[in-house]
Amino acid sequence: MKPAQFEYDDPETEEEALDLLARHGDECKVLAGGQSLVPLMNFRLARPARLIDINRIDSLSYIKREDGRLVIGAMTRHTHLERAAEVAQGWPLLTEAIGWVGHAQIRNRGTIGGSVAHADPAAELPAAFTALDASFQVRSKRGSRTIGWDHFFVSEFTTALAPDELVMAVEVPALDPGSGAAFVEYARRHGDFALGGAAVTLRLGRDGHCEKATIALVSAGPAPVRASSAEQQLRGSTLDDSSIRAASVEAVKGLRPTSDLHGSTEYRIGLLRTMTERALTKAAQRARSST
Amino acid sequence: MKTTADRIDPVAINGIGTSPLRKEDWPLVRGEGTFIADFKRPGLVHAFVVRSPLAHAQFPSIDCTATLAAPGVLDVITANELPDRGRPIPTRQFADEGSNRFLQRPLADGVVRYSGEPVAVVIADSRYRAEDAAELLDIDYERLDVVLDPDDAVAANAPLLRPDAGTNVAGHLLVEMGAIDEAFAEADLVIKETFRIQRHAAVPLETRGLLAEYDAETESITVWGAAKIPHVNRTILARLLGWSDESRVRLVELHVGGGFGARGEFYPEDFLIPFAAIRTGRPVAWVEDREENLRATNHSREQVHRVEMALKKDGTFLALKDSFINNTGAYVRTHGMTVPALSVSMLPGPYKWPAYRGEFRSVVTNKTPGGTYRSPGRFEINFVRERLIDIAAHRLGLDPVDIRRRNLIDRTSFPHDLGTLYDGHPVIYDSGDYELLLDKALPAFDYEGLERWRSEPAAGGIRRGLGIGFFVEKAGPAEREYARVELNDKGDVMVYTGAASVGQGVETVLAQICVSHLGLPYERVRVIHGDTALIPEGMGAFGSRATMLGGAAVMRASKQLRKRLLDAAAEELEAAPADLMLSPEGVSVVGAPARSVSLKTLLSTSAGVIIEEHRFVCDLLGFPYGIHVAAVEVDTASGAIRIHRYAVAYDIGRCVNPVLVAGQISGGFAQGIGGALLEEFSFDANGQPMSASFMDYLLPTSEEVPDLEVLITEDAPSPLNPLGVKGAGEGGTAGVGAAIANAVSDALGSEVTRLPLSPQRVVELAGE
Repeated sequence: MKPAQFEYDDPETEEEALDLLARHGDECKVLAGGQSLVPLMNFRLARPARLIDINRIDSLSYIKREDGRLVIGAMTRHTHLERAAEVAQGWPLLTEAIGWVGHAQIRNRGTIGGSVAHADPAAELPAAFTALDASFQVRSKRGSRTIGWDHFFVSEFTTALAPDELVMAVEVPALDPGSGAAFVEYARRHGDFALGGAAVTLRLGRDGHCEKATIALVSAGPAPVRASSAEQQLRGSTLDDSSIRAASVEAVKGLRPTSDLHGSTEYRIGLLRTMTERALTKAAQRARSST
Repeated sequence: MKTTADRIDPVAINGIGTSPLRKEDWPLVRGEGTFIADFKRPGLVHAFVVRSPLAHAQFPSIDCTATLAAPGVLDVITANELPDRGRPIPTRQFADEGSNRFLQRPLADGVVRYSGEPVAVVIADSRYRAEDAAELLDIDYERLDVVLDPDDAVAANAPLLRPDAGTNVAGHLLVEMGAIDEAFAEADLVIKETFRIQRHAAVPLETRGLLAEYDAETESITVWGAAKIPHVNRTILARLLGWSDESRVRLVELHVGGGFGARGEFYPEDFLIPFAAIRTGRPVAWVEDREENLRATNHSREQVHRVEMALKKDGTFLALKDSFINNTGAYVRTHGMTVPALSVSMLPGPYKWPAYRGEFRSVVTNKTPGGTYRSPGRFEINFVRERLIDIAAHRLGLDPVDIRRRNLIDRTSFPHDLGTLYDGHPVIYDSGDYELLLDKALPAFDYEGLERWRSEPAAGGIRRGLGIGFFVEKAGPAEREYARVELNDKGDVMVYTGAASVGQGVETVLAQICVSHLGLPYERVRVIHGDTALIPEGMGAFGSRATMLGGAAVMRASKQLRKRLLDAAAEELEAAPADLMLSPEGVSVVGAPARSVSLKTLLSTSAGVIIEEHRFVCDLLGFPYGIHVAAVEVDTASGAIRIHRYAVAYDIGRCVNPVLVAGQISGGFAQGIGGALLEEFSFDANGQPMSASFMDYLLPTSEEVPDLEVLITEDAPSPLNPLGVKGAGEGGTAGVGAAIANAVSDALGSEVTRLPLSPQRVVELAGE
């Protein structure tokens, strides 16, 4: 469990990092928190010829509000986000989701940018960002662009990032007033990747009917899954038990989560339905109490 | 954790029955422990064991040219380099003639039989370079058919691991007592069921490791990192090296981060690393990494049982029949048939069975070889038997406690000869009062309250269940243990023991026993263990034997020493020995402190030191017994199991240190939770291990292990040793699979027949 040989750079600025990426893009890996990459390297399952360690680039670590949106620098540690009062206040779904990410030690090192760039379909944050309609600022020597969640997550461990591009920040729009959100998952042990989970947001109108719903599922497919037809179905409903149950059934229609030693496809579909139902129930309660 | 000790004897300060600060803890809490990875020698080099990537394959040869030329590489060892191409590693326990056909050699020679089997060793100046160079080995594997499942292994057309043996059955044993057919003929009810226990293992937090150094001048080798059975392994190593003089081999224990049966057995590396040190003339270090650990260190527990139980309508047990297959993996390792033999000899448990017939076949398959794991063979059968009894209770409409109580062995019939044999030892329950333990445990754990809790309605989708598991454990033997107690004229006591430390607190316990029987303060007692150069003989630490045999030896040696000393002082002081008091300064007459003689004077004729030795011999086993109670909530939608309450009652004959016993039980319980709910070595159809890291091999963490209530009782001291102790290391594990499976079955109204209770399995059961 020792990694194969690799070259190592630890740039101090974004520019230097982008230079290195432009030069070595195809053969290098960016080292952020290292919580996924380093174990893969130790197993020699990942053998990058070069590591570009961006831990010294302080400018990438921040949490700020910009035009009502939350902007999270790529090198922000999970713990930092977990403990940020403004996040708990305005984007409680993120705070709730982060509580499920690994263990405290992992959250102390793991970064937000690292999590989204790694794009593990069983990870919590990509699903939470998906439910929140987040987008990702990326940059290369060639320029900058912002990619929405729907184009960013391509497949298992695959994103729309070009080899020379670096995730700079995540932008999360504000939740509308009257919204409630919830993150629910189940794993065999606390801190493990979820067997299934759901991140949802609900917005209630004055009359108590659902105006908007977003449902993103964890461990449901090769990338975070937005259950759009279930979302649609909820619109206009009173979010009573039966409409929530029906939406949960709708949410898992057509899903084929991967079977593995911890749970079959069939088990996972049932679990995802239950998680969706529980998340929707929780979020509806929260939305009601916020109005 | 709440612990209740049933009875505390009046005792010496820090003596038997007390819980002084552990002798072991000072270096550990100050970060001064020396584990094998901390231990260095000048000029040391590193070994990397190259392992088979396939579960079954043949390879004509290994081309080492590129590896030998790689930077930093000193040597590459394959079967070609070994004496006799590698001598088979012998069993040290429960040898069965048939099993000798399946012994493992240190390196695969032309055929690999499990993924992870050592095929070569690369010695380099760093582990990194050794791993890099290992990738350059040229081995052409040609795949062979694999056999993985125990049932498949005995099928008529099964691929054979040893075609020359003509079978995959490495060992077979049948035990029979009473008139089994008659009993079944007169039964009102016969329950027939198949139970499966999954492959899991000890997986100590500290992986294995060794550092070996050869001294060419004295032609002797020292190996650090020994554990569990240093003296036994010294003998095996000398034999494999072809050295007739064992004293040329020295094995030394360092701190040990967990044993649990697996660590300290003689593995291929236990030969390869010393051999590499001799070949290279350099100190050679090897520390197993986790990836290796999960493939290389003994697995355990994989059994499939086909059982039948005959009862009368009123719940009286008439007979028990079991035929099971034990999957021992690719080779028979040092334990021989220990695990299935314990299963077959102890399946009857704490109950009266007029007739019993048990039979096992232990088979080889293309999986990691197996050995013991805490409560070996018993975790499995307790699950089988206690589940079967609950199924019977459900069918007869009887209360699970009542049906057990009715069939318990009577308190008047001890010693109780079960009629079975374990490794040549008759299984005779030495002492017990099973009903009394039930009478104490149920109120202590508020069983009635739990029954009420169980019948209260729970939130949507949640079902509640209550389960009990009653079992008999075993302790000892390895029939003998050595102790030497030395007192010097400064009042310092040295206790040398042949028992070993696997972190269980043996220094503390032996010191306490010495304090009680020698009469000098705990602080003055030092316990020395685990160095074959300092201790002439020893059987080590396994099977809950160290306190039972090692403790008895220390007790006897301490008493002898006290007697010799007081007899000498009595003469000097012209007083009766009974009137004398021993202190670190010397001996004085009780009530007349002026009449005293110093240790200096007393020991002046023996060079300032007095020494007593004792070899305690006991070839019978002790049988502690216990009850586990589990109350669970099951989420039928996710399959999650929440443990509402868990309690263990354990009668261990006599409790030397209540805190350590409670610690043993709670640690054992945590491992039992792993076995009941989480841990499983899975393989794909080609025999590739899928639980190859801690991401997929799920050890319980503090989040998954609930609070535990413990009741320790001392109602049935063992007549087999003068302390009355029975050993307490395994009862925390023994009943967890049984109690939790019973509780979950109760909650779901559906019978659990296999472990672990993964969420998927729970959801499936809930849907039945």
